[in-house]
This record gives sequence, C-alpha cells and structure tokens, in this order.
Amino acid sequence: MLIGELINTSRDAVRMAVESRDDSFIRELAEEQEKAGADYIDVNCGSMIGQESEAMRWLVKIVQEVASVPLCIDSPSPEVLELGLASSREKSPMINSVSAETERFREIIPLATRYGAKVIALCMDDGGVPASADDRVKIAGRLVTDLSQAGVALDDIFLDPLVQPISTSETAGREVLRAVDAIRSAHPDAHLVSGLSNVSFGLPSRKLLNRTFLVQLMSAGMDAFLVDPLDRDLMGAYYASAALLGLDEFGIGYIEQFRAGAFE
Amino acid sequence: MSYEEIREQVAKGNAPKVKELTEAALAQGTPPQEILQEGLIPAMDTVGEKFQAGEIFVSEMMIAARAMYASLDLIKPLLATQQSVTKGKAIVGTVKGDLHDIGKNLVAMLMEGGGYEVVDLGINVPPSKFVDAIREQNPDIVLLSALLTTTMPAMEETIRAIEAAGLRGSIAIGVGGAPVTQEFAERIGADFYAPDASAAVSQANRVLAGS
Repeated sequence: MLIGELINTSRDAVRMAVESRDDSFIRELAEEQEKAGADYIDVNCGSMIGQESEAMRWLVKIVQEVASVPLCIDSPSPEVLELGLASSREKSPMINSVSAETERFREIIPLATRYGAKVIALCMDDGGVPASADDRVKIAGRLVTDLSQAGVALDDIFLDPLVQPISTSETAGREVLRAVDAIRSAHPDAHLVSGLSNVSFGLPSRKLLNRTFLVQLMSAGMDAFLVDPLDRDLMGAYYASAALLGLDEFGIGYIEQFRAGAFE
Repeated sequence: MSYEEIREQVAKGNAPKVKELTEAALAQGTPPQEILQEGLIPAMDTVGEKFQAGEIFVSEMMIAARAMYASLDLIKPLLATQQSVTKGKAIVGTVKGDLHDIGKNLVAMLMEGGGYEVVDLGINVPPSKFVDAIREQNPDIVLLSALLTTTMPAMEETIRAIEAAGLRGSIAIGVGGAPVTQEFAERIGADFYAPDASAAVSQANRVLAGS
C-alpha cells in the first residue's frame, strides 16, 4: 500500500500553491500521484502556522475534486485532523498520526472511531523515540492493545517503527528491520508503515539508500509506505519486490506495470 | 609527531591512530594546550568547512568527531580547569510537550562534531530546566528544537523564561525543527534559525565569530 507524500507545505512549491490558492497545481499533483499508483494521498499543511485549518479545508476540497482514492490527513493538531476528516467524503480516510504519548493518544482516538478512520500509529511514547528494536516492539504491542480496546480494527492499524538515520548510528536501519520482523510476527493482522527518507539523512545518493531500504523493509514484513510515487526507480523496486515476495499473484501487477511503461 | 599528522588522522576519523599520536606527544612533553590548539581545533574547523561545502558527509563528520575525542579525552584532564577546550559550549533540548529527539540528537552530534562541548537536556524540557542549565553550565549557545506546530509556542515560552531570569544577554539562542521558520524565529526573538542540523553548526559558528 502506498501513500503519496507530495502534498506537503514543507515543500516550497506546494506552500506557494497553497498561499496563492493555485488549485490547478494541487489538482495536478493529486492526479499524478494517483495515476502513479498512490492508494492514499497524504495532505499535510502543518508548516502553515496560524493558517493550517483554512489550508487543510481548502486542500481537502481541491484534492477530492480529482482524486478517487481516500486521503491521509496529516497534522500534529487534533483540531486540524478533525477538520480534515470532517471534510473528507471518503468512507475510510487515514489519520497521520497517533502515538503512544498519553495526551496525543487520548486526543486523537475519538477521531479515529468517530470517522471510521485508519490510523498511522507511531511507535513512540512519553519516553520519546525508542532506540532499540525491543523497545519499538513493546510500544507497538501496547498500541495494538489500546487501539483495539478503543474499537479500532486491526486492519485499520498502521504501525510506524520510526526510522532514524544510519549516518549517525550505523545500527539504526538494522534495529528497525528487526523491529518490523518481530512486530509482523506478533501482530500479523495489523499493518506496518514507514517513510523512507529519514534513513538516508546526511549521506550521498539518498534515493539509492531509500529504495534499497524499501526492499529490505518489505522483506522484513512492512506493507505500507509514505513515498513519492513519481519516483520511477523507487516504484520499480516496489513492484519488483512485491512480485519476488509472493505478494503479487503470478506477478500480474508487475506485468501490468511493465505494460504501462513503468520500467522503461 | 607532527601536528599535521594529528590533523590528518582526525580528518580521516582514525581514532586509534589519533590516540596513539596524542600519547606519544604527551610522553615527549608536548603541552596539552598546544595539541588542542595546533591539532584538534584546526582539524575540526577544516572538517566543518568541508561539511558545509558538501565535500564530506554526516558520517565522515561523525567519525572525525570520534577521533577528536580520542585525543581530547586524554588531554582534557591535563588542562587547567577553567580553560575552554572547545569552540564553545552549547545546550540543546527539545522543548516542553515535544518528545521528538531525532532532530535534536542530530544537532547535538553535529555540534560536537563541529568542535563544541554539548550538554543535551533531552526531550520535553520545561523552560525552568533550560534556565537552570544556563545558570549551571554557562553556555555560549542554546539550541531549542520542536518538531510539532503544537509545541512551537513552548519555544517562545522558553525564551521569555530565559529573559525573565536575566540570562538572555549572555547567550545566543537558535531554534529549529521541521515546522520552524526564519519568520517564526524572528518573531519570538531567537538569535538565529537553523533549517537543518548542519545549519545549526554553521549558524553557531557565525554568531560566535560575530560576538
């Protein structure tokens, strides 16, 4: 499962488009991502301080004019999340994100149940971001228990193990891979999700590291990713890896991508 | 032993060799202060310049810092107590309500790599803890991190608390984190804004050079 990450006002072009209410730019970005294979379209305007609510309302409206896939509403603010969810007409939007931090969990869970939303759940708690695989697995377990108790179906839970850069700790990638493997075994019916760019911070040729890590994460059992769906090399690695792991019956999806010219 | 050799090995990140060269230099009676001034600090200056020019990468800066510490750990106890052994002292922390430490840790590591002595207050640091730490540590630079728009107001709160404690004049305050902008930094009265962890180092260098 792929979540297209490009509609984010931390990217200059998107910020400018939102500020000038350039709806055709946003529409095009939504359409392109869906066409390239995004199953969800992430909408993040957290950088528009003081104007985030209005920006979210506008973005959700514009993106929904063209996208047939559901939205992933991305904000640290419960109010903005609620606003985005309320204006989302799709049955199952996604919330990005909840965590095991006491206050954040308490504020956001009612939204998940009220809107029947899928939930990205970050494996961090009041102690912060864990360093080891074991701590990630523990927090993931707690999140699954607490989310289930709150009425969120396992199939709607997307656990994010929080990838950190290998440039500052060479075991950062390995710890996440170990965590993914263990979480997958412990919670086979929940999903595992991650962004890819953190891992390569501070290193050259980041896209090479990002897509190699994508393949490794898939092998460890991760099944959802926040990505730039317009990155053809990355998408090629995704479809090839899915076929090789037996996630794509007879490799039909891979063949479809080939026919569509995705590997040229 | 030549200082050039120490500088070279620090830049290469060869910690065992740097340690060996330092031990040899000390055994020959070389003043520790000289090893610091002629060897380590210029080595880290060069590393920092290359990093900012994009010639070397974060990993290479990290191992250079590790090599620098292989020497610094030996000579530090031999230096006069009040003597500053680094470019300056920096306090870093993620502000109250915010538990994200990735960016803050990167800043701490790169500052250390850039030749600063770093005191890391951790995450979810209340304004009063910053104030106490400034009193105790007497830093040159204070770096505030926030990853969430919802915790950015705590940056302003922290700066106001530092002002109220009468400590604002003695330090330079830098702010950063994904949602933070230059405009926000100016509005809350920070001395500088760092769009990423490496910019925190170059901005700190710039501010200290100017003062």
